[in-house]
Amino acid sequence: MGLGTTILRSKAVAALTFPQGVDRYLEQVNPMWAAHEVRARIVDVHREVDVPGHPPVATITLQPTSTWGGHRAGQHVQLGVEVDGSRRTTRVFTISSPDSRAGDRFTVTLRANPDGVVSRFLVERATPGTMVHLSQAQGEFVLPDQVPEHVLFISGGSGITPVMSMLRSLQRRTHRGRVTFLHYAQSPEHQIFAAELDEIRRSGHGIDVHLLHPELGDPNLSPAFLERLVPGFRDVPTWACGPAPMIEAVRAAYGDSEAPSTTLSVEYFQPPRTSGTSAEGDVAFARSGQEAPNSGATLLEQAEALGLKPEFGCRMGICFSCTAVKKAGTVKNVLTGEESSAQEEEIRVCVSAPVGDCVVDL
Amino acid sequence: MSTATKSKTKTKTMKTNNTSLTDEQLDAFGEELDAIRQRVLADLGEEDAAYIRNVVKRRQQFEIAGRAMFYLPPLWPLAVASLSVSKILDNMEIGHNVMHGQYDWMGDPGLNSRMYDWDTVCPGEQWKYSHNYIHHTYTNILGKDRDIGYGILRMDEDQPWKPYYLGNPVYALLLMLFFEWGVALHDLEVENIVAGKRKLEDNKPLYPGLIRKIRNQTIKDYLLFPALTGPLFPLTLAGNATANLVRNIWAFNIIFCGHFPAGVATFSQEECEDETRGHWYYRQLLGSANITGGKLFHVMSGNLSHQIEHHLFPDLPARRYPELSVEVQEICERYGLQYNTGRLSKQLFSVASKICRMALPDRKAKTDTVAVTEDALAA
Repeated sequence: MGLGTTILRSKAVAALTFPQGVDRYLEQVNPMWAAHEVRARIVDVHREVDVPGHPPVATITLQPTSTWGGHRAGQHVQLGVEVDGSRRTTRVFTISSPDSRAGDRFTVTLRANPDGVVSRFLVERATPGTMVHLSQAQGEFVLPDQVPEHVLFISGGSGITPVMSMLRSLQRRTHRGRVTFLHYAQSPEHQIFAAELDEIRRSGHGIDVHLLHPELGDPNLSPAFLERLVPGFRDVPTWACGPAPMIEAVRAAYGDSEAPSTTLSVEYFQPPRTSGTSAEGDVAFARSGQEAPNSGATLLEQAEALGLKPEFGCRMGICFSCTAVKKAGTVKNVLTGEESSAQEEEIRVCVSAPVGDCVVDL
Repeated sequence: MSTATKSKTKTKTMKTNNTSLTDEQLDAFGEELDAIRQRVLADLGEEDAAYIRNVVKRRQQFEIAGRAMFYLPPLWPLAVASLSVSKILDNMEIGHNVMHGQYDWMGDPGLNSRMYDWDTVCPGEQWKYSHNYIHHTYTNILGKDRDIGYGILRMDEDQPWKPYYLGNPVYALLLMLFFEWGVALHDLEVENIVAGKRKLEDNKPLYPGLIRKIRNQTIKDYLLFPALTGPLFPLTLAGNATANLVRNIWAFNIIFCGHFPAGVATFSQEECEDETRGHWYYRQLLGSANITGGKLFHVMSGNLSHQIEHHLFPDLPARRYPELSVEVQEICERYGLQYNTGRLSKQLFSVASKICRMALPDRKAKTDTVAVTEDALAA
């Protein structure tokens, strides 16, 4: 941290710029100047996959402000864009480049989700020079400092990004052990990072790359298939990231959910849909006075169905933008299945579904 | 029993409400205003964002210019003027309006009602409760809206006179000079504590935030910035104090012209029980007054010169109020409702005379004049 930054972050400067803070002044001079906030300038937008009729995928290279603290492979970042110069919308994206240090450039790779304001803006409309707002890197889905001798990566669809970041980091760290890389995609045309994976496969540095397309006849994920590919896979440290059905299959393969495997780390690429389990009771939103029978969906979805517009960000339990106080009742975390009945409890409504009657301060 | 005689907005009978409109008219009136609100909400975008960001930028430029000019003693008056403009913009067009949530739709934490705090000794967090909730919900309902006289002044005939109110003009003068302090202490509801309606302990949770805000503002304006100018310390200190004073006087006058000129109606709690949306709009309209003026004047008043439009649409960006006022006046004409507006001098004079008049006990004749104007309006 340079002397300038030390001064800008000092108590004296905070006192002089109270109550707005020094960043409000700095950003007027140069949007790349910041003492606390993290922003970035887009320096490159590269189309990875552009299959006609399918949403394109792009890698966005970002030059962050010096306040960016770096990231560990596998982490994600909240990225906010101002659509039409006025409405900032924030979503979470996984970082695809290898480990970065403070202030280093990094990339995010994302598919332009047809309903996604942010992803479509980034892939289809953003140009070099566009400014975006960032959080610091977040997430526990990371490699340990001491990488085990043999690691297994399993990914599906866009869930390849954090795993790709890990793979790239291992290459840069000149990891000498064995890596098994298993990826499920719709078809070869949909394969992100195809050329790079092909090169890795051919370089033969102890990395087994398996690209599977079940729709074209490749085997589905099953314990038997994993056992054939990686004998004794349950004892191999594994990182899995993908859509909910794939994660469920991986979890099942590694043992029952009552005793989760210690060798397995998972990350949902999309939050699991709430299962159609019997939805009972009524959901009440205290502040707005709205009430409706519990549909079993997440509280955010139920609130929106009633016409409420609660604050939200990632909609997958990551960013805490949607945190609200549950006054009474039991909710189930749709990611972990954990239930909690505490009163006056802060919950993330995007990943909490009511179990029976529930009152939330929204 | 005494409701009928106390009510000042009483008119013809055959209605469940106490206004000059029938229930159906009141509903239709409310729907027209709701429609305007919806239309503007759907239209918010780049221009509004660019506008508020420009005001923020200008505020900073005035602040930096003002603080810098304190290094050159001959420029002292200019420095004070520049810093005063900065503080007025921060207080009114930015602070007041941003903390109303007028720009929350932008998703910018720097312009968000939950995060913003203004350059005054009043913690924004506490002001939002007494202002956005109490004052804007219960506007001009006696006994509920604590902004009628701020618990210090007598601003309405229906506040019973007592000898204490002989000092009304003096209290008003003091409140004007120390307005930011008045606003800061407003949330402690001292008058309710004196009346035994609130306990001293109820204020305990407010103290830490209040003390912190006062400390930070004081350190900034009366210690650090003066110290940075070295030997000019006393001049800078005096300059900062003057800028705060100028802002206090300006804000006080604009705000008092918004609710206290002659002809602005107050309401009883009974009238507003189970109030419809239409009645709420009706009350906001008749409980507020505008000030006419040029574009710069409107910006410097935070567009609170359009207090009527602000009370009808408190969470729409204030820059929209001038254009909305044309529509609101047209609607008022059709429904035969008063639209209270006038030049700053006229409204100020009206407020000042009310402050003095209220210092004295009521004379019987006054109720008649009120009734006459009300009847004329209703006709």
